[in-house]
Amino acid sequence: MSIDSRRRRRRRRADAVGLAAAAVMAFPVYWMVLTAFRPASRILHVPPRFWPGPFTLDNFRRAIGSDTFWANARSSVVVGVGTVLISLVVGTLAAFAVARFAFAGRRALILVLLAVQTIPLIALVIPVYLLLNDLALTDTLTGVILTYLAFALPFTVWMLRGFIVAIPPELEEAAMVDGCGRLGAFRRVTLPLLAPGLIATSIFGLVQAWNEYVLAYVLLSGNDKRTLPVWLVSFQTGFGTDYGGLMAGATLTALPVVVAFLLVQRRIAAGLATGAVRG
Amino acid sequence: MRPAEPAASLTTPPTRRPRGRRRIARRATPYLLIAPTIATLLLVLGYPLFDMVVLSFQDMTRKELFAGTSPPWAGVDQYRVVLSDHFFWVVVARTVAFAVVCAALTMLCGLGFALLLREVSPWVRGVMIGVLVAVWAMPFMVAASVFRWLSDADYGVINWLLGRFTGSDFQGHNWFANPWEGFAVIVAVVVWGAIPFVAITLHAALTQVPAELEEAARVDGARGVTLFRHVTFPMIRPLFVVVAALSTIWDFGAFSQIWLMRGGQPERDYYLLGVYSFIESFAVNRYSAGAAIAVVTVLLLLVGSAVYLRQILRTGEIE
Repeated sequence: MSIDSRRRRRRRRADAVGLAAAAVMAFPVYWMVLTAFRPASRILHVPPRFWPGPFTLDNFRRAIGSDTFWANARSSVVVGVGTVLISLVVGTLAAFAVARFAFAGRRALILVLLAVQTIPLIALVIPVYLLLNDLALTDTLTGVILTYLAFALPFTVWMLRGFIVAIPPELEEAAMVDGCGRLGAFRRVTLPLLAPGLIATSIFGLVQAWNEYVLAYVLLSGNDKRTLPVWLVSFQTGFGTDYGGLMAGATLTALPVVVAFLLVQRRIAAGLATGAVRG
Repeated sequence: MRPAEPAASLTTPPTRRPRGRRRIARRATPYLLIAPTIATLLLVLGYPLFDMVVLSFQDMTRKELFAGTSPPWAGVDQYRVVLSDHFFWVVVARTVAFAVVCAALTMLCGLGFALLLREVSPWVRGVMIGVLVAVWAMPFMVAASVFRWLSDADYGVINWLLGRFTGSDFQGHNWFANPWEGFAVIVAVVVWGAIPFVAITLHAALTQVPAELEEAARVDGARGVTLFRHVTFPMIRPLFVVVAALSTIWDFGAFSQIWLMRGGQPERDYYLLGVYSFIESFAVNRYSAGAAIAVVTVLLLLVGSAVYLRQILRTGEIE
């Protein structure tokens, strides 16, 4: 048998295993979407039907029709966008300093940025709650945004640092020789080149903020202020085994971040692991 | 991995020596740039961490919370009570076991995926990466809801499949009646959600392994497991250690999945350190006891963090 045909056989076998593994991984997502679009009578059924059949939007209507859905979606958007904007503005400055300057304490700063990303949020819940309580910021989205900076900012700085390091400093120097100030060089040369990095970083920040549950659950007590993950859980306890509605709600909660993630995943491939980007 | 980048190019003095004021301005620039970040982190991380430690030496209850008075000091009482409680150590052991099992399974499956991604045809790779990224983006709470539906006693797919393959009847089997089985579902949802990050990161590392290296080893007769152990794996080992440490750290702090799977009222059999600390604080209103548990959790985590940071320092990434 020629080496070529052996190779082809090997590849075909790998393809089969790969597709099977992908199918297993994808199944929960498939099942969620399938259930979400199914009429109630077909959801609770033994044996389960694995192929799409009749199609309905009733589940989505029920999920969206729950009292606070739109308010909760709005909260999620405000918190996500607020967290990302603040950490981008504040973080870009620090990332630039860390990537471009040699200064005393730089190494220590990086170590701190990495170390704090290993502190579990659940350990911070109590003191953060008490802090916001003192500031009269519990049950406000501002308080939640402030809290989310604790995880969003360190990883924003670290990730942007990686993107800035990849831009040759000679470009900025050339612009400065041509008469730009340092600020001008940054604005006209570095910033445009940094755009993909800024986008990738903001999507990651957005996804993290969108997915966070514990802090939002503790800090927001008003039903209409809660974010979507909290809504999803209350939906669950409120509706018992209305799996159709639940899966529709789950689909709606997941949709924005899955789409955003698929859009930017190419940009982030390699430099990720050391950036501690939480999935 | 990126090579260490000398950060000096912009800071080397130009030929003409800058005047004194300029030089001070230049020196000050990086500190001005990092000041907002430092200030924010001190407020949202530094102070709360400090407060958590202080709180663990006090005795804060609902009364002080509402009155806004400062709680009385309790010295090491909280720690004495917590650490002498047998149940606490059960929870510690359970949390460690949970984190290790989850991380090990995640690394194993993630590595498997990463290796597979190298072998398959481009279009299959596209499909696999698409699926991984979609799973990666799934919010924890969505994933937990879906797995709750999958493991439903009466209509869940898992019970049906088990019945199909074992021949016995699993209809109506409640997965959460027995904590071992309950944790099996929780581990499944955690691992499922964590595989993509590991797989994609390791895949990126594997693409950096020079093909000639493996080719040469193959010529020398190395095959399969031997080839992987002695040639491929050492190349990705630094990243592997980083990702493994991170996975363990994250799984150690698991909370949401358990919270949702147990409907917001986990039985004591389902306590991990995070859940325990949370319930002590917000259900029992013993904030100081909760803080003490959280402090112990963070201290235990330092082991994992040390491994992580040491490995990153070694790769020279932060030079």
